[in-house]
Amino acid sequence: MAENAAIKVRDLVVGFGDQTVLDHLSLDVREAEILGVVGASGSGKSVLLRTIIGLLPKRHGTIEVLGVNLDHANEQERRALERRWGVLFQQGALFSSLTVRQNVQFPMRENLKLSQRLLDEMALAKLEMVGLTPQDADKFPSELSGGMTKRVALARALALDPEIVFLDEPTSGLDPISAGDFDELIRTLQQTLEITVFMVTHDLESLYTACDRVAVLADGKVVAEGPIPTMLESEHPWVKNYFQGKRGGMLAERQLNA
Amino acid sequence: MGEHLLTSKLKGERLELAAGGSWTAPNANELESLVDSVAGDALKVKTVSIDMAGVREFDTFGAWLLERLTRQWTGSGRETVVVGLPEHDLGLLEEMQTVNRAPPAPPSRDNPIVAALVSVGRAGAGFGRDLILFADMLGAVGVAAARVLVRPHEFRFTSMVHQLDRVAWQAVPIILLITFLIGGIIAQQGIFHFRKFGAEMYAVDLVGILILREIGVLIVAIMVAGRSGSSYTAELGSMKMREEIDALRTMGFDPIEVLVLPRILVLVIALPILTFLGCMAALYGGGLVAWLYGGMSPDIYISRLMEAISLTHFQVGMIKAPFMGLVIGIVACAEGLQVKGSAESLGLKTTASVVKSIFLVIVLDGLFAIFFASIGM
Repeated sequence: MAENAAIKVRDLVVGFGDQTVLDHLSLDVREAEILGVVGASGSGKSVLLRTIIGLLPKRHGTIEVLGVNLDHANEQERRALERRWGVLFQQGALFSSLTVRQNVQFPMRENLKLSQRLLDEMALAKLEMVGLTPQDADKFPSELSGGMTKRVALARALALDPEIVFLDEPTSGLDPISAGDFDELIRTLQQTLEITVFMVTHDLESLYTACDRVAVLADGKVVAEGPIPTMLESEHPWVKNYFQGKRGGMLAERQLNA
Repeated sequence: MGEHLLTSKLKGERLELAAGGSWTAPNANELESLVDSVAGDALKVKTVSIDMAGVREFDTFGAWLLERLTRQWTGSGRETVVVGLPEHDLGLLEEMQTVNRAPPAPPSRDNPIVAALVSVGRAGAGFGRDLILFADMLGAVGVAAARVLVRPHEFRFTSMVHQLDRVAWQAVPIILLITFLIGGIIAQQGIFHFRKFGAEMYAVDLVGILILREIGVLIVAIMVAGRSGSSYTAELGSMKMREEIDALRTMGFDPIEVLVLPRILVLVIALPILTFLGCMAALYGGGLVAWLYGGMSPDIYISRLMEAISLTHFQVGMIKAPFMGLVIGIVACAEGLQVKGSAESLGLKTTASVVKSIFLVIVLDGLFAIFFASIGM
């Protein structure tokens, strides 16, 4: 397995009650790559993401993020590590009582000592980087459209210049054009900021346009891992169905012709 | 910091800056003051060069501060060159060159006196708006009730039973406990103070009349406003936030008829029942204290009570109860439907609902006192 892994998951078991969702799962995310995690609904993609960032308890296995083993990290090391990653939640999870600007400034204000001027400038810079205008900065989350909410949430996830960004279904609920724009945005930002991206998605298009590698989750394990061509060759029934089914097949053809 | 983030050297007409260390978020504060202090150094020179070769780490914070510096100097006509930046960081700097181009909006600063007057005016207008809002809700509920009277099968009977369980049945223990304690306290205070005049027997009059006419219904109404009014507001408010109310409306249901009417009716039914139970518990508590603390046997307490109170006192208290329920329900539902998108607004409206309904309950009690006095009850 790769030496320079930003996230190393080994033998991970996660379950609720007597139901096991992730069953001895191992996965590497390399530095400065975009890894797309796909799988059927309920296959545990979001569970994997939430376990890595520490929102769900695991039963067995180790998780190492940026060289830090989460089991051995004390409170302080954990906090330090949490500052080095950003998370984009599925529904945005913006703080509804703060304006867009304050939402983006929140992690900066809590973790860094910055002057108000620099805070304002950085917040606007981040917002412009994700394609929003300064006029949007003083809106409240309830006044934003779905696409804008995702962009603000991304700006907030990027607020501290993290090394890893976790995206939970970044393009769900967006129209195909906005979703395409968002994929492109993620790609550009990943290249300029040189971040590692762990992206849980349903969106085939995202896998083709944004991701370097894809990991497919089924039966609590990673059943296929690699770039798109590897996926197309996979013999696993779900993978085959997904990438070469009606919708996947069209994209696969386009990929081959391109 | 062991490393020098930024050092400056003046060479005749030329200012040479050398950057080093980590130009990243944790150092941003220090960097900003350094950048601000060298900004003035360039006043005397024509050209500036910034050597970034010594920088180990570079992120958007560092890139923006560098951009801010060069933008300031180029803006005042100085030639500024950035050298030695690694290839892979150039993209970041280029990205930064495009941001923050729009001039920041000037902060609006109001005259404090004007601002104070504005807030007083707003509060006054808000009070008037509230009254209109409550009248509007009362009217809407009235219309919905009339519609339901014409077509009784459309009434949400199940919903009402469910609410009745929550608002009335589950409230019984706490209401009994509180009113029991209040009755005991009134009796104790009455006996304690009347004893100085040797008029302990009149403490029973005090307990009986006060509880049946005023305290019983008031305590119960305040408890219900805090307990059920707040939950009505929070329920309707979060349904509003999640567009459930809009969904009902688009399916052709009237939210007032489906959600509000059963809730308000339940309060109108529950309050008299709870008031009755509360009054009995308070009289019981008063009797117990009179016996244990005042040494008045239960027989004497009961016979004294029968002399002191009449049916009128009981009626005065009970007549008020349904109206109090109506007021609490109207305020709670009207405030709930006013909730906007944010979590903060839900909290604000729930607070407002409880404060306003308690206030209105007390005002209503005062109006009833005047009314009953003038009709001689």
